[in-house]
Amino acid sequence: MKVTVKFFAILRERVGAAEITKELSDGSTVADLWRALKEEYPKLAPIETRLLYAVNQNYVKPDHALKDRDEVVFIPPVSGG
Amino acid sequence: MFRVVRTPLDIHELVRYVTEASAGAITTFIGTTRNNNEGRKVIALDYDAYPEMAEKELRRIGDDAKKKWNIERMAIVHRIGPVQIAEASVMIAVSAAHRDDAFQACRFAIEEIKKTVPIWKKEVFEGGEVWIGTQTGQPLSEADLRQRSS
Repeated sequence: MKVTVKFFAILRERVGAAEITKELSDGSTVADLWRALKEEYPKLAPIETRLLYAVNQNYVKPDHALKDRDEVVFIPPVSGG
Repeated sequence: MFRVVRTPLDIHELVRYVTEASAGAITTFIGTTRNNNEGRKVIALDYDAYPEMAEKELRRIGDDAKKKWNIERMAIVHRIGPVQIAEASVMIAVSAAHRDDAFQACRFAIEEIKKTVPIWKKEVFEGGEVWIGTQTGQPLSEADLRQRSS
C-alpha cells in the first residue's frame, strides 16, 4: 500500500520536503511508518519523544493500522496562539 | 467561524459574526506578537499549520465550549505565515446571554488552541530562530490523547 506523509514546521525542515509518498507492507502501523522514515531521514530521530500522530486529520495512537492512501502527519508539540 | 488564514486579522469581522439579538455579552481575545521572549529580542514570528486539521480542531473547540457553557456563537481565526511585532496572530470572539459564560468560553478557547491545534510558531530573534515547543513543550497527556482519538 501507499500512504501520503505531510511534513510541517520542524519536521518539514529536517526532511526537506512538504509531502512524500511512502510504500509500506500491508498491516503497517503508524509506528512502523515512523521507523521507516527515521531510517530514511536520520535527522528526524531526535524529535520522536514528543510526537503525536494524525491519520486523515484525526489524532491516533502509534499502533493505529494504516490503509492504502491514508494521509499521515507527525505532529511535534503545537505552539499556536 | 473557524479559520486559518494568511492575511491580517480584523476583530470587527469576528464580532459581527458572533453578534446575536439574544446575547447580552461578547468577549474577545487577541493574541499579539511580543518583542521579547525568555531574554531574546524577537524580530518576528513565522507560523506554520496543518490547515485542514487545524480548522477541524478549532471547530471541535467550539463544539466543546458549547457543551460546557451557555454560549451563542464562537469565532476563532488564526493567522499563519510571518507575523510582525505587535500584530495579531489569533483572535477569538464569543457571544452569550450572560458575561460569565462568554468570559469562560473565551479563556477555554485560547488555552485549548495552545494544546491541541496543529499550528506551530517559529520565533525569529536576533541571532537565530527556533521552533517554539519542540525543545520545551509538553506533549498531550495519555488522557488527552485518548479523548482526541476516540
